[in-house]
Amino acid sequence: MTHQHIYLDNNGTTLVDPRVLEVMLPYFSNQYGNATSRHLYGRAARQALDQAREQVAEATGAHPSQVVFTAGGTESNNFAINGITSNHDVSHQIAVSAIEHPSVTRPAFALRSQNYRVAIVAADHFGKIDPLGLEVTLEKPTSLVSVMLANNETGVIQEIAMLAEIAKSKGALFHTDAVQALGKIPLSFETLGVDAMTVSSHKVNGPQGAGALILNKRVDIRPLLHGGGQEKGLRSGTENVAAIVGFGAACALLKNELETRAETTKKLRDTLEVELKAMGANVFGNKSNRLTNTSFFAFNEIEGETLVMALDRKGFAVASGSACSSDSTEPSHVLMAMGVSPDIARGAVRVSFGASNTHQQLNDLVTTLKTEVQRLRQLTAIAV
Amino acid sequence: MAYSDKVLDHYENPRNVGTLDKNDPNVGTGMVGAPACGDVMKLQIKVNDSGIIEDAKFKTYGCGSAIASSSLVTEWLKGKTLDQAAEIKNSAIAEELALPPVKIHCSVLAEDAIKAAVADLKSKQPA
Amino acid sequence: MTVHTPIYLDYSATTPVDPRVAEKMIPYITEHFGNPASRSHSFGWTAEQAVEEARDEVAKLVNADPREIVWTSGATESNNLAIKGAANFYSSTKGKHIITVQTEHKAVIDAVRDLERQGFTATYLAPEPNGLIDLEKFKAAIRPDTVLASVMLVNNEIGVIQDITAIGNICRENNIIFHVDAAQATGKVAIDLETLPVDLMSFSAHKTYGPKGVGALYVRRKPRIRIEAQMHGGGHERGMRSGTLATHQIVGMGEAFRLARLEMQTENLEILRLRDRLLSGLEEIDEVYVNGDMSQRVPHNLNISFNFVEGESLIMAVKDIAVSSGSACTSASLEPSYVLRALGRSDELAHSSIRFSIGRFTTEEDIDYTIALMKGKIGKLRELSPLWEMHLDGIDLSKVEWTAH
Repeated sequence: MTHQHIYLDNNGTTLVDPRVLEVMLPYFSNQYGNATSRHLYGRAARQALDQAREQVAEATGAHPSQVVFTAGGTESNNFAINGITSNHDVSHQIAVSAIEHPSVTRPAFALRSQNYRVAIVAADHFGKIDPLGLEVTLEKPTSLVSVMLANNETGVIQEIAMLAEIAKSKGALFHTDAVQALGKIPLSFETLGVDAMTVSSHKVNGPQGAGALILNKRVDIRPLLHGGGQEKGLRSGTENVAAIVGFGAACALLKNELETRAETTKKLRDTLEVELKAMGANVFGNKSNRLTNTSFFAFNEIEGETLVMALDRKGFAVASGSACSSDSTEPSHVLMAMGVSPDIARGAVRVSFGASNTHQQLNDLVTTLKTEVQRLRQLTAIAV
Repeated sequence: MAYSDKVLDHYENPRNVGTLDKNDPNVGTGMVGAPACGDVMKLQIKVNDSGIIEDAKFKTYGCGSAIASSSLVTEWLKGKTLDQAAEIKNSAIAEELALPPVKIHCSVLAEDAIKAAVADLKSKQPA
Repeated sequence: MTVHTPIYLDYSATTPVDPRVAEKMIPYITEHFGNPASRSHSFGWTAEQAVEEARDEVAKLVNADPREIVWTSGATESNNLAIKGAANFYSSTKGKHIITVQTEHKAVIDAVRDLERQGFTATYLAPEPNGLIDLEKFKAAIRPDTVLASVMLVNNEIGVIQDITAIGNICRENNIIFHVDAAQATGKVAIDLETLPVDLMSFSAHKTYGPKGVGALYVRRKPRIRIEAQMHGGGHERGMRSGTLATHQIVGMGEAFRLARLEMQTENLEILRLRDRLLSGLEEIDEVYVNGDMSQRVPHNLNISFNFVEGESLIMAVKDIAVSSGSACTSASLEPSYVLRALGRSDELAHSSIRFSIGRFTTEEDIDYTIALMKGKIGKLRELSPLWEMHLDGIDLSKVEWTAH
């Protein structure tokens, strides 16, 4: 399947860059030490981790000592939400935006069983978080605010620095899920002024199985995993050296390639959206500053899931929402938060380009979309 | 744990390992430290008739830095008077061997061993 | 034939990825790279299918139902999930007391300590001097409010095998959830979860020739054991553990466990032969002490204390072999091994212990080189040691008054 298939779900996961794989391979053969061991094998692994830590720090505008490696974005988000909130007493609420990934909202809701209150910060029609809404929410004592930097479905980018400033003025800490932002827009932990930031390897052409929480060291946080005391006691468990090294290598590539990747995907995405509009699609979030690779759209009267399946049969891998929620038939919570009607939202399809996608692939997609949309509309018409 | 080249050199090729006759009136023996603490140093010095240290021997149970510290001082002690020997400071040992902060106690132990050996010798000799 | 130094004898810290495992993993990085949770396109399906095949293989090695296997990022996460997850789920009905053992892995001990900070109480049983648990002492530790017991199958430092069947039966009789850390056991001892009275069991891939960064937790279905998720999100792993699964790592764990199932019997005979050779060679050195029981023990582990030499200088001396002095997870600190102290070893003997752990790629030449090296280095260090000199002079060191500083 893979050779004919055209992959357009790069917000779901990405192909490991061959240059990244090459760096990883020795760690599946002769470089197998446990980074905690003091002998040569262990020290070699430790050095590899140190280098990766510097590479991730550079790509995220952080200091290497602020990088805590985890198994991925979900763990980093759980770590930040649970670890910071549960270090405050229950008189402090946690505030999360209405458009967060489930790996932020679910751990927040899970804290309700320990009597913590969860406040939801609303988004507007454009997919943006309203700063005034946040200020109102923060009139109650709040331990932590979590707002994602770039949304996985719409690609809409938030004014995190401004929101973090508001949180700071109210005495709350600020976490941002930057999983979709890394690799697509320049990222600076320092400039954003946040206290914690989640990043993930497999969204930036690194391997699955590695991520990080970039953490202001002054933040008091309770570990999620207890044990051997790795990552300065913040994340126990034998370090996944191969994946972390791959993550580092993927980050190192961004230095020279981020801009061209963004330009390449922007051309593809913009061309697609001209066609989509001509075909009568609704495009979500397109009035806002967005990631250049993401297009989230819907055709009236065509179920998103149906269109995605039809495209898959024709050899195009796209998504009907975030990968993690593909199981559910509920309309996207992001679109609901933006006030999109459920009928339209059920049609939502996400195309997310990667730098290796070509103009030819885009043309093929547009051609197929036209015939499939027409075919499905006829089916619907008959059904009605 | 990163050791300096000098520590490694003394550890690989310790100088003056051995034992002098502790009953010899010209030999002073100092034993400091405790097995439970992870370091025991035994330092022995032998003076000639003019009061100059002509030989020094050591045995050390301890880490590489402890072995290097005691090996180094046996070299430094030779040719010194007892008063000069007592002036050897742990900071000089630590500096010479580039000991990291967690290993400074090894140089302290070496200084203590010198003092103990000198005291032992003085107690044996007629005042 | 020449040996490549440093010779790797630290298989209990981590194992190399078996080349056959690596070969199986790589296509899931380069080609079949879908997110297994993406249900809407074939990239996701291919990944999902591979994940399920791997789950079957993990289940087969331990004779469990694949639906009882939950993927995690490793044994540390499995232990945390099992202990916190079960304790939190059952505490309201059963109580808040936990029994574990002083010689457990840090991931178990520290997970229990975290629960203590949240109002649980815990008993940390002391093992017998051979490292094994006295069943009567275990029974005596049980309280009406005991909710959970956690005892490891094979100890990471001394390789002793606990009587999990007997302990599990006691737990059953007393309605206590029983968790077993089996990270060091897979491929070394046969595990049959259909007959073992165990409710939760932790596994790791990288101790059994699979990749780092993946593990699993066995959660019994009959009778059904419930755990509270510790990681929330997309609802992966039937809600017990969210987070995108690293397909290539899971595939690697599946293949590693498949190979273990097929090869462990013959492999362990060879490892026993090498262990016996190593032991008889090292026993030619005076004043050596084996730590842990020699009969209830996996052949992969030989933990020996060399009397009258100091631990750190010993590690420096044996840099041509890659071994561990104490658990890999604690060797950054200079504390003597807490496991050996729990056996009642003196600090000195705990400090001067070396864990030799033998594995799939160890050769007879490796063993012979190691014996010769140890003889030479121990001899040299004892030549330097005032304690050895005193011992030879017949002085009882325990009677000496030391000038501690």
